[in-house]
Amino acid sequence: MRLDIRLPIGLMFTVLGALLVVVGLLGGKSFVEQSQGTNVNLWWGIVMLVFGVVMFLLGRRGTSSARLAEETPEGRKIEELERAAGLEK
Amino acid sequence: MKLTFIDWTIMVIYFVFVLGIGFALKRYMKTSTDFFLSGRSIPAWITGLAFISANLGAQEVIGMGASGAKYGIATSHFYWIGAIPAMAFIGVFMMPFYYGSRARSVPEYLKLRFDEKTRGFNAISFAVMTVLSSGISLYAMGLLLETLLGWDFSFSILIAALIVLIYVFLGGLTSAIYNEVLQFFLIVFGFAPLVFLGLRDVGGWSGLQARLATVATSNGFGAGAWSESWKYMGSPSSNPMGVEWFGLAMGLGFVLSFGYWCTDFLVVQRAMAAKSMSAARRTPLIAAIPKMLFPFLVILPGMIAIALTYKSGGSGFSLPKKLDGTFEYNMAIPMMLGHYFPSGMLGVGLTALMASFMSGMAGNVTAFNTVWTYDIYQSYIKRGASDQHYLWMGRMATVFGIVISVAAAYVTTRFNNIMDMLQLVFAFVNAPLLATFLLGMFWKRTSGHGAFIGLISGTIGAAIHQGLTLPAGAHAGIKGGWFGVVHSYPSELAQAFWTAIVAWSACFLITILVSLVTKPRAEGELSGLVYSLTERAKEDDVPWYQRPAILAVIILIAAVILNIIFW
Repeated sequence: MRLDIRLPIGLMFTVLGALLVVVGLLGGKSFVEQSQGTNVNLWWGIVMLVFGVVMFLLGRRGTSSARLAEETPEGRKIEELERAAGLEK
Repeated sequence: MKLTFIDWTIMVIYFVFVLGIGFALKRYMKTSTDFFLSGRSIPAWITGLAFISANLGAQEVIGMGASGAKYGIATSHFYWIGAIPAMAFIGVFMMPFYYGSRARSVPEYLKLRFDEKTRGFNAISFAVMTVLSSGISLYAMGLLLETLLGWDFSFSILIAALIVLIYVFLGGLTSAIYNEVLQFFLIVFGFAPLVFLGLRDVGGWSGLQARLATVATSNGFGAGAWSESWKYMGSPSSNPMGVEWFGLAMGLGFVLSFGYWCTDFLVVQRAMAAKSMSAARRTPLIAAIPKMLFPFLVILPGMIAIALTYKSGGSGFSLPKKLDGTFEYNMAIPMMLGHYFPSGMLGVGLTALMASFMSGMAGNVTAFNTVWTYDIYQSYIKRGASDQHYLWMGRMATVFGIVISVAAAYVTTRFNNIMDMLQLVFAFVNAPLLATFLLGMFWKRTSGHGAFIGLISGTIGAAIHQGLTLPAGAHAGIKGGWFGVVHSYPSELAQAFWTAIVAWSACFLITILVSLVTKPRAEGELSGLVYSLTERAKEDDVPWYQRPAILAVIILIAAVILNIIFW
């Protein structure tokens, strides 16, 4: 079990995107006026939501993650070197 | 600027995720290699995004926006010649030695290649420098949030420091890297709509150009000085940066940029965490792609801000002034956020701003705890302890590194000059490093004594140059001229570029001279550390889009095209 980095990223952008969409739908006129006629919360919220969902789905593959040093050849080599050089017991 | 409940919610959601990543990664921190090097297991796209995100500190977002307003599109020189070529170079030529030597840090590479004293000098100056610069960026953040939102200075720096402390303490470098990637996306998503809204307000690129012509002519420059990056570089007096093309290309484009991107452990550490040699080499090359596009995200808003200030747009934005009548350039991006974004998007934008401070700080903290533990503690204080002991020490170093940073932030509020002076000293220490690495990696004759004496000479050379020159309009003191003024530069930037050139040249020459009269290391000991004594990596089975040389060429061509478009 590893933590694919795309899971937290996807989840966060899904939540933030959904929140912005809601704000965009309920925000009213003054919100739109501030960004000069564009409902930036709604449109950018949708973009963030889509990005979040895509990242989350990709993240379920679990391929983009850090692993323990003992599980990787490069990590094991570093540990061996540390012991061989007397840096660590 | 007023925050509503929605903006607060967004900020809190972000903090929850940042801390959540730290807690989730805690159980993956079994050995010191996991904590300091992420077990050398991370895919290239993640280390690549972390590579630029760690550099996205305070100076990047706020500073580049400010420079965009102050100097216009010429600020892109910090990217298209001040970063991209160096990133291509480290990926293709230097990474094989950093990664392949299995050094665990940049100072440790110096130990393997040269000797103990060169490493010691570099490790100690680097450690001091990183904690203090993280303190200075904390200070900048506290000040910004105080002016912008009226937040209490102590409250904002303590909260930011505590959050960074928790997630680095728990998840080490992996946690810092994961969060840097998260922060990268947040910064992109937080600022992109600002560029869109701002550009529309000024009437697109052509409208912006027309307005910037007003800015340029009312400051006494040619009409395109803010919207054309190279045309006005012929003489320092014709561009707002006050530099000429040679100082720019050599000082910024070569010495400072290669010095930072190719030798600074803060960024190199990200590549060292990559899962293979190929991934490590691709790290800076992948990073170069978004880096190339960042000027549109951070410089453009600054340019739009100044353009609207001189010739108002539909929305009536204008930059505030300081008491002495100069513009508050640092407020360009924050003020634009508040002006164009309604509640909701404003929360995202401000959170992105805070994220940039935190990613810069976490980068400093992880670089510090690694150099402290490996290069100072394990080398000079306690050697041969158990792995768990060093893991514990890394966590302790995270705590006291952050405590010192916070203290430094408070010192800065009282004694601004001390920090300016320290930064100057660091600049002197840093400037010659590049010459040491280039000679060390590409000339097998370079000796340890040569490297050490060269470094010291470069530092002294930089101090002498600064002591003999002064930027126009400044008085002798912190800006230089302590030994009398032999030459006066048109601007501080020009002086900084030339200080770097002098430091590099002094270090380069002295290192060569001393190396020629001292004994070099036996060739057998230098395998994997020096270009001519290291086997080239085989690339036959790697698809073309993963080969560093091909990627580097594509990136360089793209940078040239960008320079030509905005010439």
